[in-house]
Amino acid sequence: MKEVRTIVLSKSVFEENDKEADALRLYLKDKGVFLVNVMSSPGAGKTTTLISVIKELSKFYRVGIMEADIDSDVDAVKVAKETGCKSIQLHTGGMCHLDAGMTTQGLTELGLDDVDIVFLENVGNLVCPAEYDTGAHLDMMILSVPEGDDKPLKYPLIFQKCELVLINKIDTLPYFNFSLDKVKQNISYRNEKSFVIPISAKLGDGIDEVVDYFKTKIQNIKTK
Amino acid sequence: MHELGIVMNVIEQVDNVAAESKVEKVTKVIMEIGEVSTVIPDLFTDAFNWAKKKTNYLKDAELELIILEGMTYCRDCKGTYRTVEFAKKCPHCGSMNTYLVTGDEIKIKSIEVV
Repeated sequence: MKEVRTIVLSKSVFEENDKEADALRLYLKDKGVFLVNVMSSPGAGKTTTLISVIKELSKFYRVGIMEADIDSDVDAVKVAKETGCKSIQLHTGGMCHLDAGMTTQGLTELGLDDVDIVFLENVGNLVCPAEYDTGAHLDMMILSVPEGDDKPLKYPLIFQKCELVLINKIDTLPYFNFSLDKVKQNISYRNEKSFVIPISAKLGDGIDEVVDYFKTKIQNIKTK
Repeated sequence: MHELGIVMNVIEQVDNVAAESKVEKVTKVIMEIGEVSTVIPDLFTDAFNWAKKKTNYLKDAELELIILEGMTYCRDCKGTYRTVEFAKKCPHCGSMNTYLVTGDEIKIKSIEVV
């Protein structure tokens, strides 16, 4: 009988992906393209928010968007129609998240020569997308009022990772037991540096502030 | 679904290592899984046993999961406590100024090969 030997790997499952993500981030920086990974639970208003933001942002910059879904192309069609920006749909083939490899493939298909900023609309899910670094320069998430102000306590990782958190559907605040102060406090427990902007994607509240935020980020990556 | 994505990742990495190391086959994969890593051990094992059939080197591989305890540290009272029991709030002093020290690991520790 052959002798059994042990090979020690001792590495995180995500290590390979993290390396690919770092490489992608550097490559995009060289190209002067700012990549934003947008995460939220299903129905928090990712697509509506992006449409409002892109409509304003595309007055100043060339915007691209990649829509990731397990199946269907409803989001890509909708965003392209409403904003006129360059968009593609990525199918994850049953997977609940995007990784750096899939993101790289998507960007190659989208083309990087005529865009300044690309939004990656990740699969609607608060668990898996947070574990896989996509290579984005900014991880952001959208939490909506009906979901509750306790979500940062229940889904630690995603709030830990996101630098920007939009609180959407603030026009519904009178109908829910949701405190903006409490949610900000809960978010800061997970990430002291995260920036919170309350918005209503439907009515347009707070969208200007979000657009200004991205303008600063794009300028930074282009001048560095 | 969540576990399957991670399993596919593990299997691909181990299959690559096996090919590079020119082994005949992998007999065991030993992993360290944190208690609060969001991985459910039973589902992970089921997904592993399903996915290994499609690999080159892992068809007969057994999976061993070492579960690592979730421990949180409190910045205010400098105490530690079990995360699963008390989550974010320190049971010693009531502070929320705490952070996870161990328990979120999803690591491939080692593999046994012939």
